[in-house]
Parts: sequence; structure tokens; C-alpha cells
Amino acid sequence: MATLQIRDLHVSVITDEAPIEILRGVDLTISSNETHAIMGPNGSGKSTLAYSLAGHPKYRVTRGSVTLDGEDVLGMTVDARARAGLFLAMQYPVEVPGVSTSNFLRTAATAVRGSAPPVRTWVKEVKTAMTDLDIDPEFAERSVNEGFSGGEKKRHEILQLSLLKPKIAILDETDSGLDVDALRVVAEGVNRYKTQSAEGEGVGIMLITHYTRILRYIHPDRVHVFAGGRIVESGGPDLADELESSGYVRFVGAPAAAL
Amino acid sequence: MSASTTPLLIDGAPRHDDQHGLNGHSHVGGRTVRSAPVESHLHPIGSADLAHHPVPSGHEEIWRFTPLRRLRGLHESVPLDGDVTVDVTAPDSVRVSHLTGAEALAIRGISGYLPGDRPAARAWHDAEQTVLVDVPPGLEFTEPVAISVHGDSIQAATATHLVVRLGAQAQATVTVSQTGSVTLVDTTEIVVGEGARLTFVAMGEWADDAVQLAYHHVKVGRDATVKHVSLAFGGDLVRVAATAAYDGPGGDIDLLGLYFADAGQHLEHRLFVDHAVPHCRSRALYKGALQGKSARTVWIGDVLIRKAAEGTDTYEMNRNLVLTAGARADSVPNLEIETGEIVGAGHASATGRFDDEQLFYLLSRGIPAEVAKRLVVRGFFGEVLQRIGVGPIVDHAAEIIERELAITGM
Ligand SMILES: Nc1ncnc2c1ncn2[C@@H]1O[C@H](COP(=O)(O)OP(=O)(O)OP(=O)(O)O)[C@@H](O)[C@H]1O
Ligand SMILES: [Mg+2]
Repeated sequence: MATLQIRDLHVSVITDEAPIEILRGVDLTISSNETHAIMGPNGSGKSTLAYSLAGHPKYRVTRGSVTLDGEDVLGMTVDARARAGLFLAMQYPVEVPGVSTSNFLRTAATAVRGSAPPVRTWVKEVKTAMTDLDIDPEFAERSVNEGFSGGEKKRHEILQLSLLKPKIAILDETDSGLDVDALRVVAEGVNRYKTQSAEGEGVGIMLITHYTRILRYIHPDRVHVFAGGRIVESGGPDLADELESSGYVRFVGAPAAAL
Repeated sequence: MSASTTPLLIDGAPRHDDQHGLNGHSHVGGRTVRSAPVESHLHPIGSADLAHHPVPSGHEEIWRFTPLRRLRGLHESVPLDGDVTVDVTAPDSVRVSHLTGAEALAIRGISGYLPGDRPAARAWHDAEQTVLVDVPPGLEFTEPVAISVHGDSIQAATATHLVVRLGAQAQATVTVSQTGSVTLVDTTEIVVGEGARLTFVAMGEWADDAVQLAYHHVKVGRDATVKHVSLAFGGDLVRVAATAAYDGPGGDIDLLGLYFADAGQHLEHRLFVDHAVPHCRSRALYKGALQGKSARTVWIGDVLIRKAAEGTDTYEMNRNLVLTAGARADSVPNLEIETGEIVGAGHASATGRFDDEQLFYLLSRGIPAEVAKRLVVRGFFGEVLQRIGVGPIVDHAAEIIERELAITGM
């Protein structure tokens, strides 16, 4: 059983000029076998939260704490966070020219698992995972994300989720840019991992999204409305339905003014 | 691109980066300047007449990046009467001739090439022989034509002239391996016949004291496909000017290059693709790394799309990876467009340390920093290596890169 605890998190983005505060006191606890949907308007700071948890150098934490099972996450290097069990499926996965996907996957799995997976089982594992996500085996030989379509990149992120088996997964708009069929494939991928991991330690999921449509496939236990750099309201799945019908109007502006 | 009345578009911004910080500078696209027609250095008119080429002062556009004092007089009047050995190993049906005297002179310029500067003009007259590699029409070879150029001394400067000619529909790979110590001006003319396919690779593995001014000119035949590769690793000063022009529609050239400059080395590439014929394609991809004090690289990528060259499709890219402080990379893509009726034209140039986003992506998957850096650097070169497609050359270049990286402890 793993728990990610975020307390009063303040984060600024580093720019050429002065840093700009984006996150203004985020409080959130996610435990294994829980799915938390984070919903909020463009620019509200959702990706900033995701990147800060993963340790992107562009962001500076100015206040607050993040712990994973009591361990200080913010004190860890980016790679150590991943090895500790954090995974970020990025909104905009990065192209790494000249590095083959198969080499990348194996190197990452070796790092996260602590030793190189035996070749025979590894090849089979990757093949199965790719088939599950409807990824052409030919992608293994292509450079990481290079020339992948938006949807292919998102599937590749979920492929990594299933191979790296994190304790806490942050999915940043994994649904955006996907057509209905791709959305279903990706959502099934996430659910498959949820089910598999539930037999062991389980996985806690932070599902960042704009739209409720993915929530029809991946059912959230909690829904949080994100605006102005923090969570302004939390509730059960019903909250998503309200957002679906009324949008973010009720939440935008007011909390920022209250600061 | 939309059609308009004789626009002259000059797109290019000189960039140079003295590296110290972690991030360096990165640039995609470029400054686009719409200007009144100006005298452009992209309309070179060559000449074999030495009188047309005064001794450069170093302020000229084409010389401003090159330290003339390290040229050992190649740009002045030092005699070009030294020795280098040129050996050609070729399949039987490839005709190889070592032409001398009037014959050697008569064939020069067969590609449309004319000297564009003084060392080139001097070499035109002073190179003792012309080595002609003639691939007859319709013949296809998988075994490369292997040319080796070797020098034993930098004392006497010298000049060589090579002509590679592929007949119509022929297919061949020509590799030139360059080793040893030289003070050299070498001219290579490449004529690729209609529908022919050529891969040409010049591998520069000179000793530390070599000075080389290389001039390559490619005439791309109608529907011909050319891959021109320059790999520059060795030498004190190496300057490769590679130019290409088309002989008919449908021509396609890939200009690929890799260079790795260590302390004190100057490695310069100057590309010029002259699109004067409709429906031709060009791509340039050059990548370089620098390490050590005063390591210096220069990349100039000039593309001219003349009025007649409708349907042109061109893209050029240069990336430089600065591995240590004290090295400097210049990268200047230039695009000049005289017709709006084109398929595409663009360029990208970036110089810096590691790509932070790439590194972050790998780190965020648990890959330790050292391993991630290795992956990114090898991937950086791998992108070019993959496209060269000549197995032994690729393996050899990869080995050299490994040796170079070991110097910086990667
Ligand atoms: N380098 C930067 N300089 C200035 N502002 C920045 C910088 N990077 C991010 N921001 C700002 O930070 C805010 C939060 O951005 P973030 O990407 O976290 O939003 P988001 O909620 O993920 O939006 P979206 O729904 O569009 O993905 C935005 O207002 C954005 O403009
Ligand atoms: Mg976002």
C-alpha cells in the first residue's frame, strides 16, 4: 500500500525573467487502488503539478512537501523518483532522435526493476504489452516518439506504464488528441494495469483531464476541480457530471480573487 | 508559401554560441527578412582565372570564419607541388584513370564546377593529375569503390582533383578515406547521370597536423538520387565546401554530415544547394560535437531557390552539441527564395549542451543521469549514422565517436 502526500505545495515556473508562481498551495493525498481525477481549465496549473512531482528542472518548489510512503520526494533526483515508484505520462511526450524505443524501454525497465530483465521473458512481455495497446511491433525499432502521431505517443506512454509498473501514476491529459477507438484502447490499458496491480500492492492514479469522456472508461473515486493553481473543490464522481453540464465557470476567478 | 511577384526572401540569422551554461541556445526556424534585392553571396560566379581571385583578407563573407593564418599559405601563393597518395580500389567494370597533362585539365569542370575562391582556383591549375572514376551506365554495384588519400608530410602543400561520374541508371557507393598528414587543397567533382543513384562518403581521419581545404561539387542528373556524406574528425583545420546543382527535374540530394572537434581543432562545412531547376529536392542534416579548449566548428548552409525552380522541396538542419566549456560552434543557415511556387523550404539550427527535455524524459523513466546522457549523445549521432546506410563506414564512424566521447569521460 503506497501513499503520495502533497501538502501546501507552492511552485514557480522559472522564466528568463522573474519566476512566476503557478501552484498556490496544493493539498492532495493519493493511495494505492484510488483514482483521482483532476479537472481544470487551461492554464490552471495541472501540468505544472504533474511536472513538479516528477522533478522537471523548469519548476521550483517554494513551499510545501511531497512524500511517497513518508519519503521526501522533493529531495530526490528525477530518476530516483521514478525508481521510487512515480510515473508521469506526459501531456507532450518528448522525441528522442536516434534512441530506439526497444533500447529505451529495456534501459528504463532495467533501471526501475534494479536489474536487467531476462531477454526471453522481456521480449515476450514487451510484445504482449504492445499488442494489448494496439501498437505496431515496428515501433520498437523507431526512435523514441519520433514521428509518432499524437495518439501513438499517448499509447506509448501507457505502454511504459504497463512495463514500469509504478506505485503512483500521473496521467497528464492522456486522453487529449485521441479518437474514440484510441481512447478506449488507452483506457483499457490503464484499467488492465489497475486490475493487475490490485493483486499486489496496487496503483494510485492521478488522472488529469479536461473532459469527462475518459471518466466513462476509467472510473474515478474522487474528482478535484483545479483552478488558479490549487484544488478548489473535491467530491465524488458526481462532481464530474456537474462539470460536464455547467463547465468551470463557477470555479474560475473567485478562488484567485480570494488569495 | 504563396505566390507573389518576384519576392526576394532572405532567411537566415548568423548564430554563434560560446558555451558556458547548461542550456545553451536553441533555435528553430529563423529570422525572415524581406528585403529589396541586394547583392547576395548566394549567387557565386566561379572562375578558373586566378586573376579573378585576389588573396583574401579574411573579412570576406566566405572567409570570415576561417583562421587564414593556419592555412599555411594555401590561400596565397605557396607552391602546390607536394605528394599525396591516391589509391582506388574498384570493381573491374568501373573504369579508373589517372589522367595527366592536357587530358587532366580538359576534364576539369565537367560537373559545371568552377573555382569560387583562390585556393580552389590554384588547385584547378596546379593539381598534377585528375583521377577519374567512371561508372558505366546501367551498372549497379553493391561493393563500394574505395578511394584512399594519404599524406606523410605537411611540409610541401599539394592539390588533388577527383572526378566521379555515374552513367545513366547506374548505382554505386564511393568512399574516400583520408588519413595522414597533409597541407592539401582537394577538388572532387561528382556527376550523377539521369536516374542514377550514388552514395558518396568522404571520411576525414587526418592526423592532428593536417590542413585541408576541400571542394566538392555535385551535379545531380534528372531523377537522380544522391547521398553526399562528409565525416570530419581529424586534422588541425579542415574546411569542406560542398555545393550541388541540378541537371534536370526530379533530382534529389541528401547532404549528411558529422563532425567532432577536439581542443584546438577547426572544422568547417559550407554547403550550397543551387535550385535552378523545377521539382527537385534537397535535404541537409549535419550534426557536430565539440569538446576541449578552443574547439571550433562552423556550419554554413546556403540554399538558393531561383525563379525557375518551381516545386522545390528543401530542408536543412544543423545541430551542435557542446560537451565542454571553451568550445564554440557557429551555425548559419541561409535560405534565399525567388519564387513562391514551392513545395517547402525550411531550416533549423540549434547549438547547446544536452537537450534538457530529452534528458528529462529519460530520467523520468528512472534511467540514471549518466546512462541517459550516453543515450542522448549516441542518439544525437545515431540519427545521422542511421541515414548513411553504408555498414562499414557507419561502424567505423561509431567507433571514432566512442573514442572521442571517452575523452570527456562519457
Ligand atoms: N515558461 C513559462 N513562462 C511563463 N508562464 C508559464 C511558463 N510555463 C508555464 N507557464 C504558465 O503556467 C500556467 C500553468 O500552465 P500549465 O501547463 O501547468 O497549465 P495546464 O493546467 O496544464 O493547462 P492545459 O490544460 O492547457 O494543459 C499557464 O498560465 C502558463 O502560461
Ligand atoms: Mg497541461
